[in-house]
Amino acid sequence: MTEPTSAGPFSTVNGAVGIELENVSKIYPGQTGTAVESFSMSINPGELVMLVGPSGCGKTTTMKMINRIIEPSSGSIRIGGNDVLSLDPNQLRRHIGYVIQQIGLFPHLTIEENIATVPRLLGWSKKKTADRVEELLITVQLDPGIFAKRYPRQLSGGQQQRVGVARALAADPPVMLMDEPFGATDPITREKLQAEFLRLQSEIGKTIIFVTHDFEEAIKLGDRIAVLGERSRIEQFDTPSNILSAPANDYVSSFIGQGASLKRLALIPVAEARLGQASGDASGARVDIAGTLRDALDLLVLTGGSSIDVSEGERVVGSISHTAISEALGAAPLAGARQAE
Amino acid sequence: MTGFDWDTLAVFLTRRYDDILELAGEHLTVVLISVGIALIIGVAVGLLVWDKPITRSVSISTAAVMLTIPSLALLALLSPLLGLGWGPSVVALVFYSLLPIVRNTVVGLREVPVPILESARGVGMGRVRVLFTMQLPIAWPIILAGVRTAVQLTVGIAAIAAYVAGPGLGQYIFKGLSSLGSKNALNYALTGTVSVVILALLLDAAFLIIARYTISRGLK
Repeated sequence: MTEPTSAGPFSTVNGAVGIELENVSKIYPGQTGTAVESFSMSINPGELVMLVGPSGCGKTTTMKMINRIIEPSSGSIRIGGNDVLSLDPNQLRRHIGYVIQQIGLFPHLTIEENIATVPRLLGWSKKKTADRVEELLITVQLDPGIFAKRYPRQLSGGQQQRVGVARALAADPPVMLMDEPFGATDPITREKLQAEFLRLQSEIGKTIIFVTHDFEEAIKLGDRIAVLGERSRIEQFDTPSNILSAPANDYVSSFIGQGASLKRLALIPVAEARLGQASGDASGARVDIAGTLRDALDLLVLTGGSSIDVSEGERVVGSISHTAISEALGAAPLAGARQAE
Repeated sequence: MTGFDWDTLAVFLTRRYDDILELAGEHLTVVLISVGIALIIGVAVGLLVWDKPITRSVSISTAAVMLTIPSLALLALLSPLLGLGWGPSVVALVFYSLLPIVRNTVVGLREVPVPILESARGVGMGRVRVLFTMQLPIAWPIILAGVRTAVQLTVGIAAIAAYVAGPGLGQYIFKGLSSLGSKNALNYALTGTVSVVILALLLDAAFLIIARYTISRGLK
């Protein structure tokens, strides 16, 4: 019996693989100049790296060279130490999950058949495939009894995107490539999908390359963010809190936009701040300890007080003030929540 | 006697019942064989040209020009080469079936959304697999509509093939026309014509059933 995981041609570290890109360039025939110029990056096993940059900067091209939807003109790409360019492209792609903005579900196949695509290509047994499809539908929070036999057009955009993610995960690939997967959904659905995605990633720990033009999304989801300029040049490659607290240059600053400190607050949990004495006022506003400093500040501004109580479930565990928030922000680059691994 | 004589028609139909069924069977056969051949050629041509702008417009224009040739003239031209009977009939009908089939194959393939093809490649499908499991099934409703048009077209044109002694109900129509004034002339022509119409309607109904069983519910 083969294992349900299918790292395929890659050697893995605890089921995850690292990705190395070295001097990867792309020149489209008939065009002067490079679309991607000498791109090098090292991605750790299980890391979620966001490629963020303006439209046309080459971020999508860079990502698509990893599964050879676009063939690199030069350079080398290794996944788990194996040279991608020496593998058969179809074999390679069966072991790399791929999610695109337009989703691209196969309209003539049921949801079940869509998700079963890669397991079928890999020759899994019917039983094993069916079990996996059911498991994945539950993972992406779609009731198999309701959705398995439906067709893509019968689903909402958000539901379709979940199926897209499930299809990419079907054969448990060690690597996922995601090209603005939530870009076409409305803000409410997007927020929900992002939250679900973070929860999912915390369980599955794939090595993920995620392309977006939305810096907020990059901050929210990424372990590390690569801010890309023209021809996919890396302007800065660091953790969200480091980029926010110390942008490498004006280009990165302009990408962050206004309110870098406010954005950082959303990355720091309330528990990081120094909590004061509880007020003892049972009717006062409370922020949950699992929330972020941004939630706390939001409530502080709303109530107009100097501090508010912090609760853990029903219990009040302390209070947080403007000063405590500022202090936490000062310490954040050193003790950023996402850096702890 | 000015009115139409229904009694003689009834007698005519009773006596020639077997003959009429046989002709209808031939008519159906020649249409199905011709459209079947045209389906294979037409889809093949469509596959070769759909993504190449120049060859695509050349082949669709050619097929459109072919369609403007009057069927009687084409049959007369084919007869010296292919003789009489089934040969020239089938060739002419394939000829006329090509336009709707080639055109709809091209349109159908072009309408398969690009992201679907990219996804199919992205999960590791090769070109041939993408063609047979993605492109053709997704384009099928449009290709089938082209086949349906071809069938309707050829049911009518097949009647004219009797001019070169071709098979089918056209034989009755021509027999009636060439013996105008005789007792059964109108019965021949009428029986031939009405039978062609009935056959066309039955075939059209058959397409509804074929569509129901061959088009994915996800595409309806």
